[in-house]
Amino acid sequence: MPASPPRWYGARVPRIAPYAFLTPAVLLFLTFFAVPGGYAICISLRSAKVSGGGIGVREEQFVGPETYTRVLSDVEFWAGLGRMLAYAAIVVPVMLGLALLFALLLDSSVARARTFSRISIFLPYAVPGVVATLLWGFLYLPTTSPLTSLTDVMGTGTINLLCSKAIYFSVANVAVWGGTGFNMIILYTSLRSVPSEIYDAARIDGCGEWRMARSIKIPLLTPALVMTVLFSTIATLQVFNEPMTLRPLTTSISWTWMPMMKIYRDGFVNADPYTAAAGAVILACATLVLSLTALRLVQRRAFGEDR
Amino acid sequence: MSTVALSTPTAAGRAGRPGFPGTGHRNLHRFLATGVLLVGALYCLLPVLWVFMAATRTREELFSSFSLAPGWNGGLWENLRDLNDYRGGEFWRWAANSVLYAGAGSVLSVLVSAAAGYALAVYRFPGRGAVFSAVLGAVLLPQVALAIPQYLFLSRIGLANTYWSVLLPGILSPYGIYLMRIYASSAIPSEMVEAARLDGARELRIFRSVALPTLVPGLVTVFLLQFVASWNNFLLPYVMLSDDRKYPMTVGLFTMLNQGANQPALYSLVIAGALLAVLPLVALFLFLQRFWSIDLVSGAVKS
Repeated sequence: MPASPPRWYGARVPRIAPYAFLTPAVLLFLTFFAVPGGYAICISLRSAKVSGGGIGVREEQFVGPETYTRVLSDVEFWAGLGRMLAYAAIVVPVMLGLALLFALLLDSSVARARTFSRISIFLPYAVPGVVATLLWGFLYLPTTSPLTSLTDVMGTGTINLLCSKAIYFSVANVAVWGGTGFNMIILYTSLRSVPSEIYDAARIDGCGEWRMARSIKIPLLTPALVMTVLFSTIATLQVFNEPMTLRPLTTSISWTWMPMMKIYRDGFVNADPYTAAAGAVILACATLVLSLTALRLVQRRAFGEDR
Repeated sequence: MSTVALSTPTAAGRAGRPGFPGTGHRNLHRFLATGVLLVGALYCLLPVLWVFMAATRTREELFSSFSLAPGWNGGLWENLRDLNDYRGGEFWRWAANSVLYAGAGSVLSVLVSAAAGYALAVYRFPGRGAVFSAVLGAVLLPQVALAIPQYLFLSRIGLANTYWSVLLPGILSPYGIYLMRIYASSAIPSEMVEAARLDGARELRIFRSVALPTLVPGLVTVFLLQFVASWNNFLLPYVMLSDDRKYPMTVGLFTMLNQGANQPALYSLVIAGALLAVLPLVALFLFLQRFWSIDLVSGAVKS
């Protein structure tokens, strides 16, 4: 409940009201972002040590950066990081390439069936990641896949889309399926906010649709593309739901397949909150540093000069 | 003479542009462009189509015939009845939980975002720059990685495995605040606020009666983004909750699928459940499509 400010005369700006309006957000930020973050850092610097000989007593004590060195020297951690980068290298370009292609086609005067396509391609956004993975999982699974009926007829033998070679693409496909539509809509609405005189002028100059897309539309889209790439990358680096949901259907996904899964296993399967906290801190910092540098490198304007 | 000379290249330009009907080139372009869009649409509809078909097949049919064909032996009814009976109607409890988490969470989130965005847009006060920088920084924070620290802290203060543990962390949306701030600064001119002040309105009153009605398109947008985010949220409820009666639908279906690895009979139930999880959101979107302004999302991107 904001405190009622004293009476104001003329255009004087109240002093207490803005803080009152910000209070709920600030309280929530402190309770659910800042304090848990700080608490995780504290936990990550501690560990359960067995003290005393014989049976020993497990007790928590301060160990400093020991947990970090242990996590960072773990081969599985780096392997998971490598798999994550490989996965991101598939998902981000394919998803945004498709989103850009569809947005340009929707915006061009050439294509038909634009409304139907726009709604259909956007539809997966409304499907929860777990449910999307579940649907694709059944489409991959040889016993329920329509592909099996096809390969039976052709006699090529069953194709297992969940084998260890195909698994990157199978998981990436779920993310691409779920994310293309939303990014397409963002790019498409940015395109539509361009004044149409620009296009008219280009047409009069004899500029074709393809040329127009390359020389006018894509440069105009750059800020929107930077933002979509950034947000997609942040989301991709934390991939968890898709591989986690596919796990029951395949043996190709180990517990440490992606960094987030390893963090989960440390915390909840191995009941080791110290290592899990250290892992979460490392992943959060890495993502933050990466996105901040990317943002600074690519475009300073992307987020707004309006602070 | 000069007008003719000027208009000729223009007319030629119009006739020659690929947008003019009747040329073979144009038809090829149209065919290709439409084809690519339709392939994309088909790719996006395929899993949804499959789940509709699969839900109509009985357990035996699920693993036998061509799986994009529907079943005609009352499979849909059978699957829905089994899902309804699963552990005494637990699925409906999960659905109600999802509605609670996503519905209540998004309404609160919209109010918090609107108040904060409004304060940042309308007032000039010491610390405004710092708060806005914090909001921008928080937008970049990896939310998934934050779920583990949130769990560690909430279990420390004894809140883990409660409804609050899933509801409260989802209320604060840095991106929502950012969007509301952008929207408020373009939709609420300072003259409007000043005029209300001169009329003797207090600040809370101005926010409630002048600002909120003006902000409706922004509020709907933030509500939808937030609703989808919490309806789709998995990791947070998955780590927070150990009591399966508090699960949202995503976690419930996941545990069913996990058991299905040993009990393939459950797959039919999972598929029927997936269908029921998809339908309300798709309906909500088709219905609210005209009310929300995704321009806001991209407009914020461009500013």
